[in-house]
Amino acid sequence: MRALFLAIVQRDLLLAARLGAGAGLGVFFFAMTVTLLPFGLGPDLPLLSRIGPGMIWIAATLASLLALDRLFQADYEDGSLDQLAIAPLPLELVVLAKAIAHWIATAVPLILVSPLLALFLNVPASSMPMLVLSLLVGTPALNLLGAVGAALTVSLRRGGLLLAVLVLPLYVPVVIFGVNAVAAVEAGQGMLNPGLLLGMGMSLFALGIAPLAGAAALRLHLG
Amino acid sequence: MMGGLLHWLAMGGYWPFVWPAYAVAAIVLGGLAAETVRRHRAARIRAAALERAGPVNS
Amino acid sequence: MWSFANPQRFLGLSRRLVPWLASATGLLFAAGLLDALVLSPPDYQQGESVRMMYVHVPASWMALFVYTLMAGASLVFLVWRHALADVAARAAAPLGAGFTAVSLATGSLWGKPMWGTFWVWDARLTSVLVLFFLYIGYIALRGAIEDETRAGRAGAVLALVGFVNVPIIKFSVDWWNTLHQPASVSRLDAPAIDASILTPLLLMAAAYMALFATLLLLRMETEIYARRVRAAAMREVAAAQARDETGEAAGAAARP
Repeated sequence: MRALFLAIVQRDLLLAARLGAGAGLGVFFFAMTVTLLPFGLGPDLPLLSRIGPGMIWIAATLASLLALDRLFQADYEDGSLDQLAIAPLPLELVVLAKAIAHWIATAVPLILVSPLLALFLNVPASSMPMLVLSLLVGTPALNLLGAVGAALTVSLRRGGLLLAVLVLPLYVPVVIFGVNAVAAVEAGQGMLNPGLLLGMGMSLFALGIAPLAGAAALRLHLG
Repeated sequence: MMGGLLHWLAMGGYWPFVWPAYAVAAIVLGGLAAETVRRHRAARIRAAALERAGPVNS
Repeated sequence: MWSFANPQRFLGLSRRLVPWLASATGLLFAAGLLDALVLSPPDYQQGESVRMMYVHVPASWMALFVYTLMAGASLVFLVWRHALADVAARAAAPLGAGFTAVSLATGSLWGKPMWGTFWVWDARLTSVLVLFFLYIGYIALRGAIEDETRAGRAGAVLALVGFVNVPIIKFSVDWWNTLHQPASVSRLDAPAIDASILTPLLLMAAAYMALFATLLLLRMETEIYARRVRAAAMREVAAAQARDETGEAAGAAARP
């Protein structure tokens, strides 16, 4: 069972690597969104440095939506989802495996470039470790909750926009916790501040409900 | 009498907020009620026509 | 209790209840509006602006109540597969969205004299705004999936996921609000609970509830009628197809 779980993660990562463009474009979108900010707000460095962490978080949240609608769709269209549904691995764990692979393929590249973009926005270097840590801890929640939305809209041809409408309200707490974790460090609090812990809690909570809800959503489209 | 009415309508100076608030509530809830009743009537007529046309077995 | 889950029995019960509920709605609104706008005294702090509370606060209550009801119905539908529960959830969603919209609009109008602007990202109103988006997502998802059963189950999963997230969203927004705003900014809330305020507030809440119950039953009836009409149309199509096939088979056999 563990072998099958890992095989799914590996397969999805291989597919993502072979297609390649997905993660690269996501990073480019992330960078582009952040680049638009000074154009919209003016090159006011104190202002940019003040709103920088929040903007990085919002851009990362939006970028995480980009490839989300394809999370289950390719497997749904070519029938491999039907195969996975009758495999010895519970569908809940299939959802989890695919969500993990998706997180590694799409969120990790964003997290890796986030310090660079934060630099562009004049975010103080002392905030960088916390920014990266908060993204590392919070983005799994985005991915897992997003997986539920992707499963709900798997059979819809143009589900991408609907998917965004479904999951963005659920992302509100994640963004609040993540941004406040960075703000707390800037205000002189330690790394283990409430924002970070709550963001971690949010990811654990999503880990609890997303596989269940995602599998239920996939089953109704397969049945 | 007239002054009393005007005094009431003025709502202590808050009339530009109090009356629109009640108006918005009336429009949204009244609109929902009107739409509900209209669709209910149409659906009932169609279902009744169906019942007359043949035996229902649902 | 399950006997009401039969659509025919539900229709019978609902048809008997609706006239009573509709009359109650009319009476409660008449009494509530009279008390809210005329009889109740102005608040000693907020003056006449307190009258906006009587349309705003019950709408916020209804927004949360209807979402809870939808989540409950969704759970019943997913676990026991009761079609009537799905009908209830679907019928409730636009009503809940309506109450949420009323809460937002009246809250904003009430905020203007209190804060000086129509919107200050007050914790309560912001939570209600997110709740409004949850309603819109539910309605959009159901509208996007054509197959009735699939739409019902997808909606049920979404309503439940949304419902378990509501307390978290509420908590996070409250927390965010305390971090970003001076505590002196007054919140849209009932002032000290006084009988002169409580009576119109509860009367309006009861009027909203009666209106919701009336419209919910009517919308559920509508949905049941519509499903019958659809089922009949499907049977007709199936019968026509069967006729065509047997006709073709007969024609093929008749050919030399």
